[in-house]
Amino acid sequence: MNETVQRTVATHSWVTEKLLMGLSPREYVRALVTPGNLAAALILLVGLPVISYRFLYGLGAVTNLSQTNPWGLWIGLDVLCGVALAAGGYTLASSVYLFGLKEYSPVLRPAILTGFLGYFFVVVGLLVDLGQPWRIPYPVIYSYGVTSVMFLVAWHVFLYLTVQFLEFCPAILEWLGWRNIRRWATRLTIGATVFGVILSTLHQSALGALFLMAPTRLHPLWYTPFIPIYFFISSLIAGLSMVIVESALSHRVFRDQIDPRRHLELDAITLGLGKAASVVLFTYLFLKLLGIADGGHWELLRTPFGRWFLVELIGFVLLPCFLFAHGVREKNVTLVRATAALAVLGIVVNRLNVSIIAFNWDVPDRYVPSGMEVITSITIITLGILTFRWIVNRMPVLREHPEYRGIH
Amino acid sequence: MTISRRAFLKIAGASGAAGVIGWPEEARAVREGPRWDETPAMLVDTTKCVGCRACEAACGEANRLPDPARAAGEDVFAGKRTTDSRTYTVVNRYLSPGKGGTRPTFVKTQCMHCLQPACASACLVKALEKTPEGPILYHPDRCMGCRYCMVACPFGVPKFEYEKAVPYIQKCSFCLERLDQGKLPACAQVCPGGALQFGKRKELLEIAKSRIYQTPDRYVHHIYGEHEVGGTGWLYISRIPFEQLGFRVDLGMRPYPEFTWPFLSAVPFVLMLWPPFLMGLYAFRKGKGETARGAAEGEGVETRHE
Repeated sequence: MNETVQRTVATHSWVTEKLLMGLSPREYVRALVTPGNLAAALILLVGLPVISYRFLYGLGAVTNLSQTNPWGLWIGLDVLCGVALAAGGYTLASSVYLFGLKEYSPVLRPAILTGFLGYFFVVVGLLVDLGQPWRIPYPVIYSYGVTSVMFLVAWHVFLYLTVQFLEFCPAILEWLGWRNIRRWATRLTIGATVFGVILSTLHQSALGALFLMAPTRLHPLWYTPFIPIYFFISSLIAGLSMVIVESALSHRVFRDQIDPRRHLELDAITLGLGKAASVVLFTYLFLKLLGIADGGHWELLRTPFGRWFLVELIGFVLLPCFLFAHGVREKNVTLVRATAALAVLGIVVNRLNVSIIAFNWDVPDRYVPSGMEVITSITIITLGILTFRWIVNRMPVLREHPEYRGIH
Repeated sequence: MTISRRAFLKIAGASGAAGVIGWPEEARAVREGPRWDETPAMLVDTTKCVGCRACEAACGEANRLPDPARAAGEDVFAGKRTTDSRTYTVVNRYLSPGKGGTRPTFVKTQCMHCLQPACASACLVKALEKTPEGPILYHPDRCMGCRYCMVACPFGVPKFEYEKAVPYIQKCSFCLERLDQGKLPACAQVCPGGALQFGKRKELLEIAKSRIYQTPDRYVHHIYGEHEVGGTGWLYISRIPFEQLGFRVDLGMRPYPEFTWPFLSAVPFVLMLWPPFLMGLYAFRKGKGETARGAAEGEGVETRHE
């Protein structure tokens, strides 16, 4: 009996320590009442019923999708942008582990977490969008359509989700205090990183390659044989920029978790990432011009869609490229951060252009997302942010676990 | 720097495994395919179609579709209709100037049953399949509802049941079941004017060509579907240029699977070249670090990545 009491106490303290961040249940609930949480609760209060409604009454009841426009906001934003913006995981992991740029290791774990959650919520978005989501494992376990680019995407997202989980495992195991398994898990790091880079190269580009099948639907300025390469290269831009944005936000929001010395360190990291982003943007700009030349579409630049293409190219590629370079030279960290936000927005614009705006551009039946589609997307993003915060507050992501200092 | 046996095996193993996952051998088989000229096809002679829409009714009946928009009279031709999740085929009327006013041309649309279909090559679970017999068959038990087939199909044929909580794709199956029983497709069975002619593709092409050659004033010199997107199972001949009859004439002659083929064939190369390159890079860099450390002895805590 004595033993039972002891175990209860032990369980209780485990819950208190690991889940409630050392607070009693009552204190914990009270600590949850903040303006941010109330806003999040409100979003979920509206969004979750909308998602249930979609499952009960079908896609037609909730979305503006049609026979002409089979893909909408959920594919364009939740999936295409989600995957691109989660590219920080493989970008940073390869920089630190493979290229040996150890000075970037402070932002590595949050980048991997962002990557993992990014993919996880891409899958959540897919589940909402698929006609029969319970069949999502079919391409992996039931029927193999190997001629499909989508088959490759499905396999790679599934494998990469696993790889990213493995990459993040050390943090989870440090949190749980399982030393032996942690040691074993860290041995997988290099293998996981290499595998992660391969998978990312292929499925980032594959998401672009999906649209190779739509030569008459996608506007010729966006439709080129290079579209897989564009998607891959722009995912590097997205990854680098997201790490800058996410680390800046994290250092503000989770200020209490971070060693003050780290702030200066982050400035140097931000400048380094900005420099890399600038270079990649520059090559991307040239490749985009090459795409126009390859298709011989210069004259299309004078049409309304051409002008919109130029907005994307100049406003969201050339401008951030220049601003990154300028900010790095002037050591203006604020400018680099603002530019990173612009570059992230640019990636979103590009993915929405390919999947929605320049897609079916010459068809009278234009797609505009419904209110409920927008609410669903916002709900999924909110869930992602809440999960990120829940994990960062508990596991050694931004801070180092005192027992493992200097060895992760 | 030396590469340990273990490191070497890691690299070799990763490359080998990658090769196994990625080689799209089957893709090639599908791409080449059997001799489609011998497979069942349909010739639509729009000059013979009178717009009775018996084919629509027969199609609905044969496929047990809910009563299609069978609005009586001429009204049904007022606008342009498309197939949907409850209608596999529709007949539209196109007016063009002819002797003494306008002259109607009726065009039946349905799945074109491409020889190298975009939809089947796009489907990640083989729910859409090009059968060796020719028709493109939909397997509802495999479909995830991703709707990539709808994005891929150049003719916009696959239709999705948006209104249902458990939705499927719907489209014409070329009455494959009836063909297996030795019957004609339902539409061809009832066509009174001989506008729909069922047969082997090669023979239908010959019939179409001889009609065009023998009565050149009755037809434009083109068989729609002979070469479009690599050839389709449904072939059309017409008096009016096809672009005036709602046909897409900008699709080109390239089979759609070829648009993604270059990308898919690059996949094994990435899978096989990245691991040795990246592992080699890692080993090279790590070895260099160790040499440097060896030179400057007595450093603090050694950071290690295994």
